[in-house]
Amino acid sequence: MASGETGGRQDTAAPAIELRGISKAFGPVQANKDVNIRVRKGTIHGIIGENGAGKSTLMSILYGFYRADAGEVLIDGAPVQITDSLTAIKAGIGMVFQHFKLVENFSVLENVILGAEGHARLGPSLAKARKLLADLAREYELQVDPDALIENLSVGHQQRVEILKALYREANILILDEPTGVLTPAEADHLFRILKGLKEQGKTIILITHKLREIMDVTDEVSVMRRGEMVATLTTAETTPTELAELMVGRKVLLRVDKTPAKPGAAVLAARDLRVVDAQGVERLRGLNFDIRAGEILGIAGVAGNGQSELLEVLAGMIPGTGSLEMNGRPLDLSLREDSAHTRREAGVGHVHEDRHRCGLVLNFMAWENVAFGYHHKPEYNRNRLLMDNDAIRTDARGKIERFDVRPDNCWLTAESFSGGNQQKIVLAREIERNPDLLLVGQPTRGVDIGAIEFIHQRLIQLRDEGKAILLVSVELDEILSLSDRILVMFDGRIMGERLPDQTDARELGLLMAGVTGEAA
Amino acid sequence: MSARRIPQWADVTLVPLISLLIAFALSALVILAIGEDPVRATRLMVNGALGSTYGWGYTLYYATNFLFTGLAVSIAFQARLFNIGGEGQAMLGGLGVALACLFIPWPNWWTAIIAAMASAALFGALWAMIPAWLQAKRGSHIVITTIMFNFIAFSLMNYLLSHVLRPPASMDPATARFPAQLRLPRLHDILEPLGIEFSRSGPANVMLFIALAACVLAWVMLWRTRLGFEIRAFGQSEPAAHYAGISSVKIIMLVMLISGGLAGMMAVNSVMGGPQRLVMNAVEGAGFIGIAVALMGRSHPFGIIPAALLFGFLFQGGSELAIETSIPREMIVIIQALVIMFTGALDNMVRRPLEAVFVMLRGR
Repeated sequence: MASGETGGRQDTAAPAIELRGISKAFGPVQANKDVNIRVRKGTIHGIIGENGAGKSTLMSILYGFYRADAGEVLIDGAPVQITDSLTAIKAGIGMVFQHFKLVENFSVLENVILGAEGHARLGPSLAKARKLLADLAREYELQVDPDALIENLSVGHQQRVEILKALYREANILILDEPTGVLTPAEADHLFRILKGLKEQGKTIILITHKLREIMDVTDEVSVMRRGEMVATLTTAETTPTELAELMVGRKVLLRVDKTPAKPGAAVLAARDLRVVDAQGVERLRGLNFDIRAGEILGIAGVAGNGQSELLEVLAGMIPGTGSLEMNGRPLDLSLREDSAHTRREAGVGHVHEDRHRCGLVLNFMAWENVAFGYHHKPEYNRNRLLMDNDAIRTDARGKIERFDVRPDNCWLTAESFSGGNQQKIVLAREIERNPDLLLVGQPTRGVDIGAIEFIHQRLIQLRDEGKAILLVSVELDEILSLSDRILVMFDGRIMGERLPDQTDARELGLLMAGVTGEAA
Repeated sequence: MSARRIPQWADVTLVPLISLLIAFALSALVILAIGEDPVRATRLMVNGALGSTYGWGYTLYYATNFLFTGLAVSIAFQARLFNIGGEGQAMLGGLGVALACLFIPWPNWWTAIIAAMASAALFGALWAMIPAWLQAKRGSHIVITTIMFNFIAFSLMNYLLSHVLRPPASMDPATARFPAQLRLPRLHDILEPLGIEFSRSGPANVMLFIALAACVLAWVMLWRTRLGFEIRAFGQSEPAAHYAGISSVKIIMLVMLISGGLAGMMAVNSVMGGPQRLVMNAVEGAGFIGIAVALMGRSHPFGIIPAALLFGFLFQGGSELAIETSIPREMIVIIQALVIMFTGALDNMVRRPLEAVFVMLRGR
């Protein structure tokens, strides 16, 4: 579906960047499917999409981190082979990453010339950079003290250094990946003024974001990605947040899950003014109040990175929080101790971690060892005070593998050697069969094949029908809509609203997820 | 399902063996380069280390040292902690042995060995505890701190042996000789009743069997107990261990205490089983060779047994070489270095081509 090939618009100049038919697969996951995009020179071009829609992969291809399986890249109308980031820089592309790539104990000036020193002696380059920095500061409000150490700068200033780095390398095309994720609103506004100034000087800017407001505020054109595909490119002035939200989440046929109406009982978990501050001092949860009742699935909708991960981890005892948390009427300790996660399990909280590779499983452990992981203290897994009962664990593992249809049904294989869906089934089997009063579930079907998705959903419903409380966090709106009995929408560490699944739709949720409350209110 | 690219048997046997052959081939070239005959050198080494029960007595004695220090490094490495401080921990273990043997009148060797082992393990463990605590609570990197503690241990022992523990009349920085009844039974004493002839002067002693038992116990601990489960989980993935509610402080402290204790117990062999008194440099670099042994043995309690034997052989064969030829003692250090380099650091140099071979074979 190569749109734009017909050339409806009279573009005399070649686009600054044109991507034709870009495809990229990671194993069975198609991250980019035949992506076409034209970015006109001297514009700010937004790319939006849900997490996992393929935005970052696309930009990584453009910056030479990945090689595309198919397709071509044209810069100013000429095809280029971008093999690594050096060729991308030579082609005039500058990238500002979400996570800055700065040397903390170097000065601003040193960071700017790093990798572009030019001479064996640093003196001339430093002098040149100092002059350039002064010019840029005047022109674009890009003031940074050139001699300050990075570690002493605020996040907003560090980001300016990243932009300066790109400009020092004479970038004409600037790509910013979720640039406002770490900024305060005032810093974000300042950034946008800088970007507009750069645009006026003829620079081309690609802004990757999932925040609709930013798209509407600063971009000239916007491309929407969904599930690896470029679904539309629109002129910003001619579109609305509603249209973009719909395009972003898509009007997909809902996966139907057979379920009877919930019969919620008493509150299993009550959270009041729940707050989490991360290691950088940023408040990730900003005072949440909610209950989870027995026999219901509470869905948390939201674009990844708006506090859902922190919510799961603070409830699971993996990170510290403040506020109050009561489980079955008994208070839970929110301060973090060495064994908080263990204590939480003992209190009846199961946790399917959203990152099964990093946390949920020990990939080099065999399936049977993973079945006991986190519950290895349980008497049924131990012979006596000293020795574990590996035979008992293996017997239990074989049962779980059979009941959860894990394939291949061999408990001697390392967790690593199972497919994503089967890995997830191992984790679910372990957590669900403990019969927890509260099950925390993060992204249960991420990277899981269709067949397994249905199975996993049924298991969760079954657990609910047994009167257990389930907190479901997912970036898949379909999943939230079809599984949840109640939905909370999170944005920027806050709950934006509560909806019932049969009285809302993906469009409304999409707007709430993007922080737009006007229409809903 | 992604299969292992190389069968496990090949990983644990072929890879180290090929690495070893390359190391020996290079050593032969170096021997040629200094004008000696590598064939004769090999024959001398093999004869010197394995050709007589006298040679075996020394080879096994050294191997006992390396079993303890190798095990110490291996257990720490199962939790992805790199304990470089085996040398210092063994020195302190030696102090523990000396104190237990000199100041308490034990009636016989077996009561003394129990006390000496306990005391050696305690001293070694305490010496490892400080770096462990700094790592667990303050995040100070254990590699740095354990190296530092080697130097501190060396200076401390230097001071104690020349000023505190040296008998007044002696000029030698060493303790007095332990009472004669504390002499450990050597292989000669153990094997003679069975009718097996073994050299009287080879210092290998009962500690060899205790070292082997320690390997079995370590295996049980790692693969059959909850602590071992937690240690291995922590070593494989710290975030996952955190998720499972495994306390990182507990694991780091316990692992390092066990590791330091094992390194310390090495001194029972090298002090009580050897010169019968604590001398300067009683450890003779065994703490560092333990790293090589652990690398070569894939940090597995059974893998380090052949590795410790190999280094025992190199150590003993090397001294024979120095006596019989003009090949200097340093030559053996070069051979050891080559072995360490090829079996440890350059391991992938062999594994990658071998993987390619296996993929090719499987493709057929």
